[in-house]
Amino acid sequence: MSTDTSSMRAVAGDYEVDDLVAVTMTVNGTAVEAKIPARMLLSDFLRHELRLTGTHVGCEHGVCGACTVHLGGRPTRSCLTLAVQADGCEIRTVEGLADFDGTLHPVQQSFRECHALQCGFCTPGFMMSVAGLLEEGIGNDLSDSELREHLAGNLCRCTGYQNIVAATRKAIDLRDGKEG
Amino acid sequence: MSTRQFGERVQRNEDDRLIRGQGRFVDDIPLEGALHGAFVRSPHPHARIVSIDTSAAAAYPGVHKVYTHEDLGPLDVLMPLLIPHPCITHGRTQYPLAHGEVFYGGQAVAFVVADDRYTAEDAAALVDVRYEPLPVEIDIERATEGGAPLVHSDVPNNVAAQFVQRSGDAEAAFAKADHITSIRVQVDRSTAAPMECLATAARWDEVSGELTVWAATQTPIGLRGALSSLFELDENYVRVIAPDVGGGFGPKILFPYSNEIMVPLAARELHRPVKWIEDRGENFVNMSQERTQIHYIDLAATSDGRVIGLRDRFIHDTGAFIPYGIAVAQVASTSIASSYRIPNIEVEFSCVYTPTVPVTPYRGCGRPHANFAIERAMDQLAQELGIDRFEIRRRNFIPPEEFPYAREGLIFADGLPVKMDSGEYDRCLTALEEALDVPAFRAEQEAARAQGRILGLGMAFYVEGTGLGPYEGGQVRVHPITGKIFVNTGLTTQGQGHKTTWAQIVADQMGVDSSEVIVVEGDTGVFDWGCATFASRSAVVAGNAIHKTAIKARQMVLQVAANMLEAGPDDLDLADGRVFVRGSGDRGATLAEVATMSNPLRYAFNKAAASATQFAAAASSDGPPLPDGKRPGIEAQEYFSPPHATWAYGAHGAIIEIDPVTCNIDVRKYICVHDCGKMINPLIIEGQVAGGVAQGFGGAFYEHLDYGTDGVLKNASFMEFLMPYATEVPDMTIIHQETPSPINPLGVKGIGEAGTIPVPSTIASAVDDALASMGAPPVRSVPLSPAAIFAAMQASTVPA
Ligand code: FES
Ligand code: FES
Repeated sequence: MSTDTSSMRAVAGDYEVDDLVAVTMTVNGTAVEAKIPARMLLSDFLRHELRLTGTHVGCEHGVCGACTVHLGGRPTRSCLTLAVQADGCEIRTVEGLADFDGTLHPVQQSFRECHALQCGFCTPGFMMSVAGLLEEGIGNDLSDSELREHLAGNLCRCTGYQNIVAATRKAIDLRDGKEG
Repeated sequence: MSTRQFGERVQRNEDDRLIRGQGRFVDDIPLEGALHGAFVRSPHPHARIVSIDTSAAAAYPGVHKVYTHEDLGPLDVLMPLLIPHPCITHGRTQYPLAHGEVFYGGQAVAFVVADDRYTAEDAAALVDVRYEPLPVEIDIERATEGGAPLVHSDVPNNVAAQFVQRSGDAEAAFAKADHITSIRVQVDRSTAAPMECLATAARWDEVSGELTVWAATQTPIGLRGALSSLFELDENYVRVIAPDVGGGFGPKILFPYSNEIMVPLAARELHRPVKWIEDRGENFVNMSQERTQIHYIDLAATSDGRVIGLRDRFIHDTGAFIPYGIAVAQVASTSIASSYRIPNIEVEFSCVYTPTVPVTPYRGCGRPHANFAIERAMDQLAQELGIDRFEIRRRNFIPPEEFPYAREGLIFADGLPVKMDSGEYDRCLTALEEALDVPAFRAEQEAARAQGRILGLGMAFYVEGTGLGPYEGGQVRVHPITGKIFVNTGLTTQGQGHKTTWAQIVADQMGVDSSEVIVVEGDTGVFDWGCATFASRSAVVAGNAIHKTAIKARQMVLQVAANMLEAGPDDLDLADGRVFVRGSGDRGATLAEVATMSNPLRYAFNKAAASATQFAAAASSDGPPLPDGKRPGIEAQEYFSPPHATWAYGAHGAIIEIDPVTCNIDVRKYICVHDCGKMINPLIIEGQVAGGVAQGFGGAFYEHLDYGTDGVLKNASFMEFLMPYATEVPDMTIIHQETPSPINPLGVKGIGEAGTIPVPSTIASAVDDALASMGAPPVRSVPLSPAAIFAAMQASTVPA
């Protein structure tokens, strides 16, 4: 789950912790401008500055995937990304998965139908990862163990994953128009 | 029409918000102007605090206050020992902030409150604490020996509690046994690691004088009690809310954690809302843990494999303190005889202090350990007597006709006698045996062996005492204007789906769809009688309370509607949100109308209300508008208090392949047969089982908190503490069996912890089976790393 750094503006130079840096980005289709400390994590920026609290933080060290958002179209761990690194980028969070009219994204629909969430804390990150896989063109020809490899960037402590695997398959079908 | 929703695979009411990113976990609560806290924690497992200098931290820009124990005033007191027991001779609990000495790495020493979390953490790093380290002993057996370093200088041999329980006469049984099997087993320290760590936010309302606390807790009512006591406030001035909680699995039942005292205190003193969100590294050294036990178990048997006596002596690691009493050890000790008749039992345990994070229940709560001991011993007995593993269990099962089966003399963790209520153990085991297709597997194993491949089949049986008291309550209310049905309990939900299962129970009585029933719980401002979510008890205790309440609410609807519709209550039915005269077509009323009519009104604020005013034609003419002894509205409360625990059970089986080179274990088949009595929602139950099994896999293979001999935890992150990803949990088959519990109206038993209990036993049994032909020593401890498998293969007497 590497981040595509080429799409990000490099941040260099010496900053004091309270120096503010101006950033602009597009979050779920809306242009955002802010002045933020250079050390602010993207996860904190989204959650606490923009109040997009659907993105969760489960470890703050890049292992659990709960904080996964799309940065420049690719699944990225927002806890390992500084908000200033996202300057000029397109960001999509769980709040941007459904259509503006509220119609659920295939991954949201399938997670609900397959009971792929219990407490729901890992869910936004998981869905963003799966949404990324859908966009990459992952197909249902994969074996279960191959599919599980693709899902092994996110931790869930509640579900035992079985239903997340099923939901991923269902989301692929929904994307391919195989099921209504 | 109303079809029965109890028992259906109903989709969850809670999901829509959660999949849209609209969940409300503690850190998501918007609190304008909130300050943020950070703790300074001890890096030493045991040390005297020489000095604490907070001046640099306090002077750091953006810092509002730095607390040490000296700033706590009347709150500088030992925290409660929540579940006292006479056998706890040396109970020790901690202060909110360390008081001259630290007893485990991670203990809270100081608390910094600042404008934001970044600043708070900067300043926490500036608090200068000088320590004088003290010697430690991490090994729980050596810790009890004379001369071992003491965790608490006034607790001899580090023993907090010692307890013996007896049922029958074990000594006599052992004296006359044909065969005695003795083994030692060990289960290691793990952590529940819910994806949401601990979290607390608090606000004092200067106007109302009310303290509101949002906490990632399993017990808002318990926490409110503690906060009322500590802060000396009437309970109605303290409101505790568990909003969405991101997994619990046990440790969130403990209260009050330091943060649950420091955050409200700071909010009161600083006149601002305060928030503290635990980070993952902190969670590894702050949130309570579980699992280390060493059992010495002996079985006395007849030559045909009937176990007539059981002796178990075990040591339970309670960490540096014992705030939750002996709960974990007591559950282990009373679950030790499992599903077997075994009439003579003697079980003794010691709870031992170690300079580690305190131990309180984690999913399973002593049961996985007890299960590992008894199931390993049963396998060993089978092997020694040359009896098949399935068969030896059959010979010892309590048969269906012997229920209720009491183990006289054993007291369970609810303070009530161990009395197993129902079960069809043999049927369950047979279902497992068939699903595993044992004969086919044996042939495959034989063929594989010829190719140098190592296959094994493992199995384990378990029981789980669930649905512990004391009681829970339910409240059902039909709102007059909207006609919506609200349901409340004093519980919390951390993913178990209460908003759906309670709705199903109520929907059946009220004739609506479960998606229309709104469940609100986890808020003492809404309903504040009850206990907590733990011990697989919610469906049993709250579920039955809600069932009773819904029946009462239905009766109220029928009574009011009977007057409105001029029909007998028995001629009425409820469906589609209406009450109507059976067979009459449209003679009926909506629930909203009934709710309005049930409340004598003065004001006609809408059309329905107009007909309910005391001046309306329909109003009864004689007597007061609200007859003596009646209450207004459709609102009912009921409570359920179980006579004792109800015992769920099941059997797990696995087929594994061990890679002879990497020693990796591939679980090729995993089967769970379980019986939790009547099922409210099989979809949710399967989720609970699967999640439990995944945690069981963690315990069987990976999860091990690595405390060095110096007492320092060496793997306090998700980088080094391994938890199963999707790649580490096999696809599993779940087979349901339903034997109703005779001791509650719904016939249900708990399911929350079941999946976790027998996994280590099952995997160990499979490894033994795989390596048996090589003469490898049997598995006696978990987790089972590839290194452990390698060692077992090295110790084999026959080459692979
Ligand atoms: S919070 Fe970012 S990976 Fe865990
Ligand atoms: S649903 Fe709770 S962590 Fe995944």
